[in-house]
Amino acid sequence: MEIDRDTLLKLYTTMVTIRNFEERGIPETGQRGMSASLHSSAGQEAVPTGMCAHLTDDDYLASTHRGHGHCIAKGVDPKLMMAELFGRTTGSNKGKGGSMHIADMSKGMLGTNGVVAASIPLAVGAALTSKLKGLGRVAVAFFGDGGANQGVLHESMNLASVWKLPVIFLCENNQYAESTSVEYALSTAHVADRAAGYNMPGIHVDGMDVFAVYDAAEQAVARARAGEGPTLLECLTYRFYGHTVFDNPLNYRTKEEEDYWRGRDPIKLFREAVIPQGDITAEELDQIDREAEQLMEEAIKFADESPLPEPQELYEDVYVSYPTEALKRGASMEV
Amino acid sequence: MTTTATRELQYREAINEAIRQEMERDETVIIMGEEIAGGAGREHLGIVDAWGGPFRTTVGLIQQFGNQRVLDTPLSEAAFIGAAIGAASTGMRTIAELMFIDFVGVCMDQLLNNAAKMRYMFGGQVTLPFTLLTRIGAGFGSAAQHSESYYSIFSHIPGLKGVVPSDPYTAKGLLTAAIRDDDPVVYFEHKGLYGNTGPVPEEPYELPIGKARTVREGTDITLVGISRMTWVCTAAAEELAKSGINAEVIDLLSISPIDYDHVIDSVKRTHRLVVVDEDTPICSIASEICAMVADEAFDYLDAPPSKVTAPHTPVPYSRVLENNYMPNESRVIKTVQKLFARG
Repeated sequence: MEIDRDTLLKLYTTMVTIRNFEERGIPETGQRGMSASLHSSAGQEAVPTGMCAHLTDDDYLASTHRGHGHCIAKGVDPKLMMAELFGRTTGSNKGKGGSMHIADMSKGMLGTNGVVAASIPLAVGAALTSKLKGLGRVAVAFFGDGGANQGVLHESMNLASVWKLPVIFLCENNQYAESTSVEYALSTAHVADRAAGYNMPGIHVDGMDVFAVYDAAEQAVARARAGEGPTLLECLTYRFYGHTVFDNPLNYRTKEEEDYWRGRDPIKLFREAVIPQGDITAEELDQIDREAEQLMEEAIKFADESPLPEPQELYEDVYVSYPTEALKRGASMEV
Repeated sequence: MTTTATRELQYREAINEAIRQEMERDETVIIMGEEIAGGAGREHLGIVDAWGGPFRTTVGLIQQFGNQRVLDTPLSEAAFIGAAIGAASTGMRTIAELMFIDFVGVCMDQLLNNAAKMRYMFGGQVTLPFTLLTRIGAGFGSAAQHSESYYSIFSHIPGLKGVVPSDPYTAKGLLTAAIRDDDPVVYFEHKGLYGNTGPVPEEPYELPIGKARTVREGTDITLVGISRMTWVCTAAAEELAKSGINAEVIDLLSISPIDYDHVIDSVKRTHRLVVVDEDTPICSIASEICAMVADEAFDYLDAPPSKVTAPHTPVPYSRVLENNYMPNESRVIKTVQKLFARG
């Protein structure tokens, strides 16, 4: 693994930006009474960070309900994300989607998605666009260990393999689907084992180690860009919090287990690996931490100062063309 | 719309011509589905276009446009329909075929939660020029999993449009419009209409989505038909004319948007309404139109808005059962006569 200094700093910046977004954005959204459907990815930062380091804005990413980190790693502006969580018109989705639907087509971000595994074939379709138009782009379908058991993943892996599409099926195995453990729900030792059924490489790596993810993702992206077809990449990781903000994970996992994985915090592992090499100092990384904290304060301020939608916006963007009157006919609306 | 060089085509040929002309016009148009060409994987034996579609609506396309734009798929509706939506969101203009509407259960999530909602959820960032071709209609002894007419389900879903062409002319015009539309459109082909012939202009033309048409003018009652039921209505109207009842017949053509105004304008003149719908009765297009007419034209009505539909049962197999399942002229005539018997 030879990673240049700039890339190292970028990896670290992405991880701490994600961590700060989760640690600040989620409680702030809750305090504003905007949503109960918030899923923190704190602990999982190394996965989208290592993956997206190999992507450009032109490449595609289809995400999950736990997708804030995917958005940030793909380049979506945290200010627009914060405004979206706060339900503001300046949000990435004009306040129409919230946490589980954040999209930014200008960054190839095809949306976080509230239905487990539903976004996977969208990435397959984006990869088809790339192949048919000769764009050389790759598409990444993120899913979790829960999504690994959805039929649409298996159909999508088969289709992508048959059509040799530039797709990376990226499983963030955080070991729990809501409260159900992979030991119970997964028929194989690794999600990656399932790649054999679809004639594609199946790789599993330590998802707390951003360098392991970075290296594996590099190979998968190279294979996709070379027209050699899809890869299934499984990253073993851990979410530091519950399924949602209301879930107490100690109802289904032990304090000892949490402590073990907190001890493998990907940000901490990064610092422990990089600082002793001497090229990057602790002070530099501390400064990045402070900048990420400052960025969140700015994002929160931006979101708070942004306007709320007008009630009539309820009817906007359902269709490109459809009579607005037909959206409310017979509904006895007040707006 | 140009109407030069009109000649007779079958309904299935009109569908084929619309797809072909749009693929010629716009190289981003692609079509995918099961058996739309057929014989995939046997090209080395010289086999191409083995089926041309289960009902030969897509015959010849792979030979003209090749297997990168005419994509036979594995039996994986969730994956390929989802992929068609994903490709539409990233710059292609996609057509996917769901062989029978009864199969929608295996891919409904992609239609309900992605196609219908992405534009709204994303704050208008994405357009989805995506057409789903599918098939409806009983009458072929195909039983309950190949014969339903579930268009009302799609009428109910904001974010989707839907069209129900009834003859070759509307088949071509509405499919051209559906493919060119920047919203997801579900296009319902009726299996009982494929062999019907009628005049179709050679040039590409669009019929507006969301507009009904009057196919028979009348003064005494409005009959609304959906897809093949339009012709059940006109046959009933001819019969009713013999007893002095002059029925107006409207061909609905779109199930989203629904052209309520066309129906209401007619009912304001005729004062009576029967909607004839091959789908089941509860939460149907028929009940929806009756409710809207009752709401907006109550003072014009001389009789309750009524409907003739399939019963609230699956489609049966045995012909004697299936023939009683489908709305027919006799049921329409008796329903109309009952309304007039009220005085």
